[in-house]
Amino acid sequence: MSLIDIEDLRVGFPRAGVEAVRGVSLSIEAGECVAIVGESGSGKSVTARTLVGLTGPGASVTAARFTVDGRDALGFGARDWRRLRGRFAGLVLQDALTSLDPLRTVGDEIAEALATHDVVPRAARRERVIELLDAVGVPEPEVRARQYAHQLSGGLRQRALIASAIAADPPLIIADEPTTALDVTVQAQILRLLAARKATGSALLMISHDLAVVSAIADRVLVMKDGVIVEEGETGRVLARPRHDYTRLLLAAVPSAISRGTRLSTIAAGGIALRTPLPERTVDHVAPILEASGLTAVYGSRTVVDDVSFEVFPGETLGIVGESGSGKTTVARLVLGLLEPASGEVLLGGEPWSGIPERGRRTRRSRIQVISQNPLGSFDPRYTVGHLVAEPLRGASSGSGSRRGAPFGSGSRRGAPASWRKDRVAELLDRVGLPADVAGHHPRRLSGGQRQRVAIARALATRPDVLVCDEPVSALDVSIQAQVLDLLAEIQAADGTAMIFISHDLGVVHHVADRVLVMRSGQVVEDGYVDEVFFLPEHDYTRELLGAVPKPVSAGP
Amino acid sequence: MSPLTLTRRRGLAAAGWLGPAARRLGAGVAVLWAAATAAYLALMLAPGDTIDVLIGDGLDTPERRAQIIAEWGLDRSPLQQYGDYLLRLLQGDLGHSYVLQRGVGEILASQIWPTVQLALTAATFGVLLALVLALATAGRRSWLGGLVGLSELAVVSVPPFLVGILLLAVFSFTLGWFPVSGDRGFVSLVLPGLALGLQIAGVLGQVLREGLERALEEPFAVTARSRGITEWRLVAGHALRHALLPAVTLTGWFTGALLGGAIIVEAVFGRPGLGQVTVGAVNSKDLPLVMAIVLISALAYVTASTIVDLAYLAIDPRLRRSR
Repeated sequence: MSLIDIEDLRVGFPRAGVEAVRGVSLSIEAGECVAIVGESGSGKSVTARTLVGLTGPGASVTAARFTVDGRDALGFGARDWRRLRGRFAGLVLQDALTSLDPLRTVGDEIAEALATHDVVPRAARRERVIELLDAVGVPEPEVRARQYAHQLSGGLRQRALIASAIAADPPLIIADEPTTALDVTVQAQILRLLAARKATGSALLMISHDLAVVSAIADRVLVMKDGVIVEEGETGRVLARPRHDYTRLLLAAVPSAISRGTRLSTIAAGGIALRTPLPERTVDHVAPILEASGLTAVYGSRTVVDDVSFEVFPGETLGIVGESGSGKTTVARLVLGLLEPASGEVLLGGEPWSGIPERGRRTRRSRIQVISQNPLGSFDPRYTVGHLVAEPLRGASSGSGSRRGAPFGSGSRRGAPASWRKDRVAELLDRVGLPADVAGHHPRRLSGGQRQRVAIARALATRPDVLVCDEPVSALDVSIQAQVLDLLAEIQAADGTAMIFISHDLGVVHHVADRVLVMRSGQVVEDGYVDEVFFLPEHDYTRELLGAVPKPVSAGP
Repeated sequence: MSPLTLTRRRGLAAAGWLGPAARRLGAGVAVLWAAATAAYLALMLAPGDTIDVLIGDGLDTPERRAQIIAEWGLDRSPLQQYGDYLLRLLQGDLGHSYVLQRGVGEILASQIWPTVQLALTAATFGVLLALVLALATAGRRSWLGGLVGLSELAVVSVPPFLVGILLLAVFSFTLGWFPVSGDRGFVSLVLPGLALGLQIAGVLGQVLREGLERALEEPFAVTARSRGITEWRLVAGHALRHALLPAVTLTGWFTGALLGGAIIVEAVFGRPGLGQVTVGAVNSKDLPLVMAIVLISALAYVTASTIVDLAYLAIDPRLRRSR
């Protein structure tokens, strides 16, 4: 008997006028791992939550057949659903920091699942909680049970979340992006843990945007787009011989060593995804535009960046990889002159950039710009896109250095004429592939990919020599990531901009970077040309990172 | 010591309470000192002779002048005077009212209890009403929710004295359920307590409901639901604590509303209490008494905000020092 057997599932949110799921059929057998892969808005999470009746208020759910645990769930009331939740299916969401109640101890959260379904007598709950934490590989379970989610590392709290989902020993685990917020090595551990659960006979429904993540563990893959399943099949077959163009595009959009020098956004035609080459990029090896030597940064008594040195030449891309807490972002802050190094120095265009008063940097700030992971957070929410992109233009055109005074003067007096700015904004938006009328919109109304384009347009406004990109595509879907990476590559080829590209994603860095620094605990453990470092790693840590990257069965373009 | 025994050690210090709590208490003492100094400076900088200012509308006799000079040490250096003043305060001596010819401490002691009673009653009414309304309506789009929201807005918008007059008109003059004025046990506390408490219930109710609704949309609420718990357990066991955080912040405003409102409500209901004393003291320019009331208000505020900060630590473990 199937655990889940659904035919023609439709989920709509009539109030918002959205039909999120349109005719999905899905069955899950006991002990089987099924994965639903799709991008944000594809309806994959809605589908998963509908299986436990958590679609949310105001949703309309219909299906030709909706059997859960052998019973017809179409007539289920709130009590029927509650009896199934936790007992029949456990839910694991992304990022346990927000998915576990931050005000309650981890142990209390797990005990709640035990208490709700009376799994063990009250007196035995504590003991069972500790057994569960132990079973998911949490060291010192007695101590951890008394701690709060924020006191645990990302990996440990994700394990704790899994412990709470399996507390009532459900035959099915629904994991919705369970590893998305995690570092690669931690992600590999969590995937191993889920695989171990599966080995003990538990069925698993994995929801992910990442084909590579599910490929190691799923028996079957369903590819979902716009509320419809476009392709379905045995994992190895889907990855090796995708039948639907969308699956091909998804696979081709994943950056890796193979994709270097070509565009990631491809045109699927006649059953193959065509990669087109990127424009030729030249690196000017005469003089570095940015030099960092012996950089050290200290927060309190902790050394977060320890003796880091590198140089970047015009037109070159330097990748920095490492896990969270390795000091990557602090390096970015040092390079941007937002943080003074405790020792060491930064030279921009051969002139001192660190260790000088801010006044000496201000006029040169336009030469180095930043693109961050979360553009929305770096935008003033009250500004329109046009205003945001124009902002650096004011500073740049009035920044002839000696001119001061009239700080509150009208815009046209301070900078260039308003009409010139308007033209320039339209030109910049056009360059990043946005229509000119976006200038009047507020960034909140844009999609994630459009926002990142706005951030790029703003960074380009001053024609910088150096672009510092701190996890610029980490929050984006793979197809949007492909477009943004292509855009950055084209801009770099045209302008000869130097780039420092920080990412935890080794595939992205291998795709974009010429040279790479591997950072761990504030130190550079290995550096060199990206092919050498990634194909012939010398340091154990680099090997560990590379080994943890989930590898899909190559689709081959 | 192994890390295990370190984290295992129980008690406040281990839970990261001690540092923040000590800092809070220290800051509270500093604020009290600042209030005392401000009151003192106001006295010294008031226009006219300090002795005249201290006498206010009281009888002006040579003996009293001599008494004031002796009590306030006005014949000594300013620094010594200030030091003596602080020392007296530390010993709990609030000085003399030269208008009422009684010790300030004695006057306050006899009048503070009715006000405390009123404030506590109002606070209890306010908190209970807010809790009941928020729990009953959070996350439910119903006519009841709309009605409660509207009434909350109404009571917040109407000043307490008007609420008091309306309550009197209905429940005392028309229905005769409660006494019109005076202080005759709990029955005479109900209407003034309501007059003062309704406003608190309105604001607090809105904040609590908003907090509950926000918490119910967080990912942890989905996780909790996915364990099969009932909606009521979700609200009581998870969401309420999250909603309490912003509500607790309001306690400072709350204390102010109670103190300020008490003065007016006491006047409307003809109740004895600090309100009457304050009005009298200001009218008769009784500066020693006014200074003491300033200090009492400061003490009330400091106590309230210290309790708030400690409550924060109790509710939100993320604010305790983690190690």
